[in-house]
Amino acid sequence: MLDNDMTETSIPNIDPSMMAASGNKGAADSGEICMEVENLNLYYGKAQALKDITFTMRRNKVTAFIGPSGCGKSTLLRCFNRMNDLVDDVHIDGEIRLDGKNIYDKDVDITALRQRVGMVFQKPNPFPMSVFENVAYGLRLQGVNKRRVLEEKVEWALKGAALWDEVKDRLTENALGLSGGQQQRLVVARAIAIEPEILLLDEPASALDPISTLKIEELIYELKKDYTILIVTHNMQQAARVSDETAFMYLGEMVEFDDTNTIFTNPSEKQTEDYITGRYG
Amino acid sequence: MDPISNQHISHQFNEELENLRNMVMSMGGLVEQQIERSIKALRKMDAAKAEKVVKTDHKVNLMEVNIDEECARILAIRQPAASDLRMVVTVIKTITDLERIGDEAEKIGRLAICLSEKDITFKAKYAGIKHLGNYVRQMVSDALNAFARLDPDACLQVLKDDEQADEEYQALMRHLITYMMEDPRTITEVLDVVWVARSLERIGDHAKNIAEYVIYMINGKDIRHIDIEEIEQDILS
Repeated sequence: MLDNDMTETSIPNIDPSMMAASGNKGAADSGEICMEVENLNLYYGKAQALKDITFTMRRNKVTAFIGPSGCGKSTLLRCFNRMNDLVDDVHIDGEIRLDGKNIYDKDVDITALRQRVGMVFQKPNPFPMSVFENVAYGLRLQGVNKRRVLEEKVEWALKGAALWDEVKDRLTENALGLSGGQQQRLVVARAIAIEPEILLLDEPASALDPISTLKIEELIYELKKDYTILIVTHNMQQAARVSDETAFMYLGEMVEFDDTNTIFTNPSEKQTEDYITGRYG
Repeated sequence: MDPISNQHISHQFNEELENLRNMVMSMGGLVEQQIERSIKALRKMDAAKAEKVVKTDHKVNLMEVNIDEECARILAIRQPAASDLRMVVTVIKTITDLERIGDEAEKIGRLAICLSEKDITFKAKYAGIKHLGNYVRQMVSDALNAFARLDPDACLQVLKDDEQADEEYQALMRHLITYMMEDPRTITEVLDVVWVARSLERIGDHAKNIAEYVIYMINGKDIRHIDIEEIEQDILS
């Protein structure tokens, strides 16, 4: 009886705010657009590497790019934080809009952009310094110098990268002494320490053993609660496991972009079908 | 060009999938034979033939176990995707239905033994059984051919045939009930025939299930529990 009274009185009180809160969250979870790519073309000299790519990415989702070598996956990934600017003779047209703003506009501060869009490469590339300093590096560049703040952030980032328990007693040791899998997670920790919004992962697990790979995949699953993640992978099962949406690329074109389950059970394009079933080539 | 006939980079994988298809087809062939023989045994009231049907059922069961094992192996080793994945899933489900069809044929065999021991003859009034039997056997055969040829239209026809089979079953039941009412002394005998009719009707249902799985395999569309008109539109679209 008492229980009934409790629920009867409490439900009308809680309901409106609950509804509003969950409603907003639902919208953010499922549909909020994070990045839009429109008619993106990229040329290395005269060779066109990306052809008229248009798609949108949603916030807090993992988008995987799959396709055979040389199809333009990594090139596309590198467009999102303008890494291609470093390559000579690259010409880009079209737009990539981050929250509605074209990141290739002239007034865009590239450093600020790269703070918002972090990247992790195929091979772990820790700096030749201590574990702690590796993670603190980006923060120091941002001007954070207080020891206490740095310690808090480093611990937070290492926990976020599922590495804290393994390195908490080795923070002052050289990071190059860590195993490959640990180094890769350290690099992820370094990337998330400066709290980017988007993480670009270029084959983050291709150099790792199966257990480290699973840890990285688990990490991706955890990270997507807070970040939007783009991942390039040659391992199709990995794409199937970690991503919400998958793009299949071939010869610089985006052949198919769809929900991951659809791509792996019932793709609509024959090229996609051939590639994921191993008939390509 | 249909995707499934294309070749994999891995020849071994090609062979494994081809082998799996063949295993299903030979299991299907055996099951068809079981239906045919059980009905024949019933018509002739031939206890020896019926006995053979009953004894052969373990072969059907064994095939199911073997194919299941092969599917699990392929899933573990090859991690198939898209049409390959759908084929393996379809095989796993199809053989369950085939095994059940085998069980129904065995049941008919047992009823034939039972009836022949009572010195009952297969009377002209039971002709509906023969007809329904041939009809559902053909449905099983059509569903398996659709599996082999990846033919969605043939699947659709099996779904339609099942409605016809259900109607025939209803009509047959009405007749059998009339016979029982006319002459209550035949109730024991006719009840056995009712069980046969029931088994045949179930075989039709299993054939329909197989046709539904095959449509999933071909189009990736799960059309179970959907109206046949909707399915038709879906497949044609």
